[in-house]
Amino acid sequence: MDFLIFEAPILMVQATLDGILIGILFALIAYGMALQWGVMNIINIAQGDLVILGGYIAYSMYLAGIHPSWGVIVSPIIMFFVGWGLYKLVINKVVDRDLFISILATFGIAIVFQQLMNFIFGADVVVAQSGYGTTMLFDNVVTLPHSTIFSAVISVIYAIVLVIYMRKSKLGRAIRATAQNARAAKILGVDTEKVYAATFGINAALCGVAGALIAITFTLHPYVGLPYTVRSFMIVIVAGLGNLPAVAISGMGLGVFEEFADYILGTEFRIGSVFMLLVIILVFRRFKLSRKREYLK
Amino acid sequence: MKQKDLTLYAGLIILGLAAPFIFSGFKVQLTILCVLIVLAMTWNLQGGEMGYNSFGNILFYGLGMYLCASVQVGMFFPLAEWTESGGEKTFVHTTTQFFQGMGVGLLVAAIVPTIVAGLIGYAILGLRGHYFAICTLGLGIAAGEIAGGIEIIGAGQGFTTPPFPKDIVDPEARGQFFYFLSFAMLILTFIFVKWIYGSRFKLILNAIRDNEDKAEAMGIQTMKYKIVGWMVSAFFCGLAGGIMGGLIGYIDSTDVAFDGREMGVFMVLMAILGGKGTLWGPVIGASLFHFLKEGFWTLILGWQYVALGVLIVVIVIYFPEGLMGWLREKYPQRFGEVIDEKDRKAQVELK
Repeated sequence: MDFLIFEAPILMVQATLDGILIGILFALIAYGMALQWGVMNIINIAQGDLVILGGYIAYSMYLAGIHPSWGVIVSPIIMFFVGWGLYKLVINKVVDRDLFISILATFGIAIVFQQLMNFIFGADVVVAQSGYGTTMLFDNVVTLPHSTIFSAVISVIYAIVLVIYMRKSKLGRAIRATAQNARAAKILGVDTEKVYAATFGINAALCGVAGALIAITFTLHPYVGLPYTVRSFMIVIVAGLGNLPAVAISGMGLGVFEEFADYILGTEFRIGSVFMLLVIILVFRRFKLSRKREYLK
Repeated sequence: MKQKDLTLYAGLIILGLAAPFIFSGFKVQLTILCVLIVLAMTWNLQGGEMGYNSFGNILFYGLGMYLCASVQVGMFFPLAEWTESGGEKTFVHTTTQFFQGMGVGLLVAAIVPTIVAGLIGYAILGLRGHYFAICTLGLGIAAGEIAGGIEIIGAGQGFTTPPFPKDIVDPEARGQFFYFLSFAMLILTFIFVKWIYGSRFKLILNAIRDNEDKAEAMGIQTMKYKIVGWMVSAFFCGLAGGIMGGLIGYIDSTDVAFDGREMGVFMVLMAILGGKGTLWGPVIGASLFHFLKEGFWTLILGWQYVALGVLIVVIVIYFPEGLMGWLREKYPQRFGEVIDEKDRKAQVELK
């Protein structure tokens, strides 16, 4: 076996750069997951499918002749209402239940979403052409597409806006209060039902942004949602709930890991390596905690 | 055993033996039903009784499928050439070779996943609740993705299992062979699970489900029993996978073997539909699910996954206790847990 990446070390720069820029996007999705996990105590397997749905919204704008970059504004607005509706339909019945129930129920939602997207948009791999150029670095060896820079910048902007919103606004305060203690918040007059719906809507909106960016930078396919779910889950368990800098760093770390795995193991093992990394991280944490006779809660 | 139970079991066995002759057009469906019941029962042993809800039992199922086919081919012919391109046309199994290979293959397909479960069990079963569920989900999908990249077992283009020997001219023979094979497996599984239900092992699994820390404090080596419980699941999943591989005749890494989107969810769903933590629940759940699936799948062609997703959501939200749970609530005298009069009095005194 010959590893191209060790023969041409400049490719490491490429992999690292790509990884960091993608990782910011993963971190954005993971932040949404951490939000709903922390506030509502549910694990949303359909997270990745919400992302893909957001991407398809941007893609259909592209088909209609609008520049897909506007998707980063339109997609979250639509996805917010999708999330809100999803909450009212299904999620509100699983909030107080066992986590396993939420996993299975959202798994069901994920299957429905995948299939509906398959019907509407077809099973082809699609990409929304943004028409952004590419910068060549280091004698044209390292490529830096402007679309990935665009996606990273937009992700950072959305993350900052969200953090400020959570700190300053009334709804943000209510969400944080509910996350700390739902019962106490209810007693003090917070409409927790509305807070939950808004949280899920915000999460879906974040997925919408991420999806629109993925539509521009990568490819879309109805069945590739689950890897995004797993990536965000992984980032959340490494970074913890509600620790934004850690989420960003572990997101970038995951991105870099993936790019390197892509070069070293081959593209066919890329998704497999993501899932294996999840298993390895969980097992590593479990052994670390079991020394103190504790377990992951 | 009571007279009534004996009649029931005898009736079911006779029905099972006669089924392929009565419904001779549905032999494949009946075979799949047997496999589904086995998967649901063994999932229930671990998900329902032990409380470790695994999405990853598909790992053992797919492993068994690949192992059985690989052994069946590898015993007589070079595996790499078989999978490379249309090997089933160049190399032909004779009748004895086919059945020898099948026998050894099933043995390997059952034993290796059990060993794998034992080896990874210590690491994975230390996780609890939803972490365990997500970790096993990851394992199952990772296995599919990795199997899809390995050349010797056909990589992405799949693996054709040895076709049924041509010397046997009877067109019914193939269907009957696989049906009776899976029916035998079903009986074996049922006897084994029933035996477990009457043993102390089941009580320990229940103790782990209800409160693992307390169980450990009572002096039960929970890890040991958890691993054994998982190994039992793995054994039967591997066996079922081996039979399914032979029946389908073609193995694809993500769509047939490590099919987390179908089989992996089905086994969880069937157990929940019938009622987790009961002996008969998974059997009823699997039969009902298979009947509904095959009955309505063709009517809603194209929409079956939407229907499946909606079904999952509805079952999980509205019937988390399943059919048996509902019956228990409705008719506690007949279906409820049997509690000794003495035990109940002791309970009352404690309160």
